[in-house]
Amino acid sequence: MAQMNMLHAINEALSIAMKADERMVVFGEDVGHFGGVFRATSGLQEQFGRDRCFNTPLTEQGIAGFANGLASHGMTPVAEIQFADYIFPAFDQIVNESAKFRYRSGNEFNVGGLTFRTPYGGGIAGGHYHSQSPEAYFTQTPGLKVVVPRNPEQAKGLLLAAIRDPNPVIFFEPKRLYRASVGEVPEGDYEIELGKADVVKQGTDITVLAWGAQMEIVEKSCEMAEKEGISCEIIDLRTLSPWDIDTVAASVKKTGRLVINHEAPLTGGFAGEIAATIQQECFLYLESPISRVCGLDTPYPLVHEKEYMPDELKTYEAIKATMAF
Amino acid sequence: MSNATLNNETVHRVSFLDKASLHIPILRVLQADGTTYENAVLPVIDKDIANKIYDTCVFTRVLDERMLGAQRQGRISFYMTCTGEEAAIVGSVAALDQNDVILAQYREHAAIRYRGFSTEQFMNQMFSNEKDLGKGRQMPIHYGSQALNYHTISSPLATQIPQASGVAYAQKLKGERNVTVCYFGEGAASEGDFHAGLNMAAVLKAPVIFFCRNNGYAISTPTDEQFAGNGIASRGVGYGMHTIRVDGNDMLAVLAATQQARAYALEHNAPVLIEAMTYRLGAHSSSDDPSGYRSKDEEAKWQLHDPVKRFKLWLINKGWLTEEEDAKAHERYREEVLAAVKVAEKLPVPHLDEIIEDVYDKPTPVLNKQLKELKQHIKKYPKAYPKSAGRI
Repeated sequence: MAQMNMLHAINEALSIAMKADERMVVFGEDVGHFGGVFRATSGLQEQFGRDRCFNTPLTEQGIAGFANGLASHGMTPVAEIQFADYIFPAFDQIVNESAKFRYRSGNEFNVGGLTFRTPYGGGIAGGHYHSQSPEAYFTQTPGLKVVVPRNPEQAKGLLLAAIRDPNPVIFFEPKRLYRASVGEVPEGDYEIELGKADVVKQGTDITVLAWGAQMEIVEKSCEMAEKEGISCEIIDLRTLSPWDIDTVAASVKKTGRLVINHEAPLTGGFAGEIAATIQQECFLYLESPISRVCGLDTPYPLVHEKEYMPDELKTYEAIKATMAF
Repeated sequence: MSNATLNNETVHRVSFLDKASLHIPILRVLQADGTTYENAVLPVIDKDIANKIYDTCVFTRVLDERMLGAQRQGRISFYMTCTGEEAAIVGSVAALDQNDVILAQYREHAAIRYRGFSTEQFMNQMFSNEKDLGKGRQMPIHYGSQALNYHTISSPLATQIPQASGVAYAQKLKGERNVTVCYFGEGAASEGDFHAGLNMAAVLKAPVIFFCRNNGYAISTPTDEQFAGNGIASRGVGYGMHTIRVDGNDMLAVLAATQQARAYALEHNAPVLIEAMTYRLGAHSSSDDPSGYRSKDEEAKWQLHDPVKRFKLWLINKGWLTEEEDAKAHERYREEVLAAVKVAEKLPVPHLDEIIEDVYDKPTPVLNKQLKELKQHIKKYPKAYPKSAGRI
């Protein structure tokens, strides 16, 4: 074990994966010699050469298309989109091309080696275009996997698994935690299985579910609730597509209550999918309506960031209201 | 910062450049009567290659004629012809190595034929039957074959262009002595992916040949509503790319240009742009009627420049083909295509289980559940789902 922040953990995962797989290439805007605007790719060009870690022209659709081409020819591209807010120019390449490559060709071709890494989420005074959480746009697309880590240990293990998964994966990194989240990270090469939720804390009264940077928010809310005698079961979903219905349903069957939290706007957010599925799977076990604590249905605001965010107080109130229903 | 590539001279009074400043000639080798221009430099070609090229053209003409008819009869849902553009496609593919990777748009089926796609494979794809490599999932004419290094076609225009740059970069890194060839129309070149793909190939030094079929129309849109510049070729120069414009109805010009483009791309790990000037003689697709936007006179004028006829005259002049052999080839393919239609349309569609395969490398639990529920539903209402009800 070594103490490190999330960026360091991601950088280590990339380095380990590149060493183990000579077909792996890392590229995007400013990822080369400079090492990325967040320094996630720091040192990789020096270690593996310009051919395998390089800057691209400033074009997200180009980066995604280029990545599709590389992956279709047996390479392991790990492409960086500088901010998740700027993934939309690549939406066509990801949704119409990456996601459908295997299916449409009858498995004659695939881009399974492909991983997109992109910093997402608010809390950094990033305004409209350095704060978004666009995961739900992608969870609606069959063929993609969507993964979000909550801390350095998770980031390293999930990223190594994402890079090696035989399907295209979008790996959303909570940029608010890049340096803020510091923790023990296992040495060397390890993977955390995709598609499996993590029960972070056992409880009996209510299930509280989130992912990424919101995990520390719900943990704080649950601490507050526990002081009032409410036993919270906390789940980190980790993989949003395909998501671990069984683990969440088993938890809700035990607790009878569910609060879901995400930064993205409420309407059309992934909490809606979870709520609908759990309502169907656990109808006879539910003691109260499923509660969603999410961003407002507005663009991500600058000065009212604190008010916009589904923070610990809002979550705490939702937990109490759900218990009191 | 490095401005070494700019190499500007300075002037001291305002002076604008315009599209006429860039002189882009059209390479032409073969004359209308089948003789070559004096001083024309011929491509590398022997009788075997010439015959294979011509045979592919004849097949493509026959296939297009018959399958458009089949679409009209309601036997297949959709069709697109290559008519008028055979020289652009076959002339370029004949310059390639079989291991060069092709990413095409949709009007290039002559290229996959040249590579060895069988008549039966064409039919299986168009009839979406259980032998289709694509498992019946895409519309007709969306061919693809890993064995033939021909990427599966997709409908979104120009998406294959930056992908081709990526494939070529992979070839370079793997040390393969091969190039990638990317076909697209002049309409698709207006997409953002054209810009992205060409710029990336030039900057990242990828051995890819971008081959533009400038056939005058994108569905109903003529080129003067598509771009105001000097065609597509002028843009290649702007990206710092070796660029050439050829007569796309001249088999020998296309072949010569592509042979040299390939050699250059391999030697320098650099992209090349070829703009082939041609004309879409047929409708855009079986869903289109060109009489709504262009004249019969215009079409008749271009019939005189038929690329297949021009090449045929050259073959006859060389003594490599006779009219009698030509007529026989047409007849043979008409019979072969008709027979293949009859076989392919009787084969069943792929098994229902294929509906959830290949979304991911293996079906997820949710997909398995959805398939199970679908089967139960079909068993309850078998008459509503005749294609799959008998085989669940």
